[in-house]
Amino acid sequence: MIEDPRTKMVRYITIYMILTVGAIVMMVPLFWTVSTSLKTRDKITIRRLELIPDPIAWENYPYLFEARPIMQYTRNTMIIVAASLFGAWVPCTLAGYAFARIPFPGRNIFFGILLATMMLPYVVRLIPLFLFFDEIGWTRTFGPLILPRLLGHNAFYIFLYRQFFRGIPEDIYDSARIDGCSEFGVWWRIFMPMSRPVLAAVSIFAFSFAWNDFLNPLIYLGSNKELWTLALGLNALQGFEGEDNSLNLIMVFSMLMIIPMLVVFYFGQKHLISGVTAQGSLKG
Amino acid sequence: MQASLKSKHTQPEVTWKSRFQEWWFRNRALIGFAFIFPWFAGFIIFDAAPFIYNLYLSFTDYQIGTVGTPPWIGFENYIEIFTDDKLFGKSMYNTVYYLGFSVPLRLIFAFLIALILNLRVRGMELYRTLFYVPSVVPLVAATVIFAGFLNTRYGFLNQFLVLIGATPVRWLSSPDAIKPSLILLSLWGFGGQMIIFLAGLQSIPGDLYEAAAIDGGTGWHRLLYITVPLMTPTIFFNLLLGLIGGFQVFEQVFILIGTNGGPLQAGLVYMLHVYNKAFRDFEFGYSAALSVILFLIIFVLTLMLVYTSNRWVFYGDAQDDEN
Repeated sequence: MIEDPRTKMVRYITIYMILTVGAIVMMVPLFWTVSTSLKTRDKITIRRLELIPDPIAWENYPYLFEARPIMQYTRNTMIIVAASLFGAWVPCTLAGYAFARIPFPGRNIFFGILLATMMLPYVVRLIPLFLFFDEIGWTRTFGPLILPRLLGHNAFYIFLYRQFFRGIPEDIYDSARIDGCSEFGVWWRIFMPMSRPVLAAVSIFAFSFAWNDFLNPLIYLGSNKELWTLALGLNALQGFEGEDNSLNLIMVFSMLMIIPMLVVFYFGQKHLISGVTAQGSLKG
Repeated sequence: MQASLKSKHTQPEVTWKSRFQEWWFRNRALIGFAFIFPWFAGFIIFDAAPFIYNLYLSFTDYQIGTVGTPPWIGFENYIEIFTDDKLFGKSMYNTVYYLGFSVPLRLIFAFLIALILNLRVRGMELYRTLFYVPSVVPLVAATVIFAGFLNTRYGFLNQFLVLIGATPVRWLSSPDAIKPSLILLSLWGFGGQMIIFLAGLQSIPGDLYEAAAIDGGTGWHRLLYITVPLMTPTIFFNLLLGLIGGFQVFEQVFILIGTNGGPLQAGLVYMLHVYNKAFRDFEFGYSAALSVILFLIIFVLTLMLVYTSNRWVFYGDAQDDEN
């Protein structure tokens, strides 16, 4: 079909208008965050719009590290992230592999349970788990945050692995088994290397869910400042001392939480979609 | 290859390795169980047991001073919730209000922008990134950013409104504006759903559109009779997850307006009420009953959606990789 060049032109202009206006609206809060993070203390309380700060207060960034135990928050957060990644890489892949490839009695029932837990709202587990961990004396420790993660307690990751593993051709599996490769060997030597996209995608999820988690650290670590994560530290900065005059430091802290996420997504983005949707990509 | 196979047959080597492999092969079922064991242990400890215990708790009067077995009070918590708890109705109203706007609006924005991005004209990667980046911002950071952004005096939005001659709004301190502010914040993160839609759109086979073009279908026809029907599974998926998440909205509200729910408690969402009852008032039994009600609502809603989905969700050949 040949389009009239003028209609085509109008169409293109409309498309770019919508996209540009939309993108600007989406980016304004982030731009304002960066700008506010670079404002001096007396500039943030001026009631006039100033998008490019003058002077630019780079010193806000090192100052926040002095004013708040950022390194300690980061270390605590990374402990949870590490547990999360371990769970995502080892127990979850094994379970995903078993659901995809090992015939064992009751597999479909177990898989049905797995799917059902994906729909289970966290609210019905919140209070009993808190009482349980309180009973065994684990509140105010990392225990409640890392034990579920170490066990790979995440139905979503297992489901993604299972879908991906099912897409790996049966022939490859059979020939490996005929050549005398064990079940464990097939998992380690064949499935893992072939599964980089889904591994990358799940790793991104595991990292970001642990990095962003707020409610669990709040409930279990809220009263133990030593173990606060970045999310708790940021909330405290805005909640208790967050009078308008520390707005710049709040934005510095926000940037510190955003930048690692941007880096992770930048390097992982090409896997993110293929890992989640391309269970058929290896079929052809 | 032949030779090596033959030699293997004539001389079966019995090594530790081969014995191990034989054992492994015989015990596949056991190994399958072993592989799912960590997940299953987690399921018992962190899903099944808490779920049942929560149900039990909801029939007891478990409070902070309770020692030993909490006293069984039957349906008293539930009766109190439905007859005596003013905040139950209010928080439910606030939650439904919130998700009634945020869930459909997010879906519409995400779908429309994904449609436009899928036109594959120049610079789409850049635009896709710009729309997607806000949804990558950690929720806590996004929320404190909005707390500043919507600040009555020093926030960007009001300063901008003043600049263009409009009246500034007390976004976070007037009862009328709290829920719209929360909806605004949730809309800022529509990029995640947009990416899912985009992936779905890109997997629609091009020959379907070609066939439509040959039959003289216009762009509007293509959208209505090819794109939308083929996207209904993705729409359904996003709708379901949006509703389940929307009913449990908590962190944003907690950070943005605190546990009281702001002026006139206009921002008191349901989860905030559950949280307050459990972790502020330490009425765990009562709070468990509140959580059971929320669970039932989500459960019934999910069932209804799944049940009605075969009327509008097109599963075509999308199911051929199942079974």
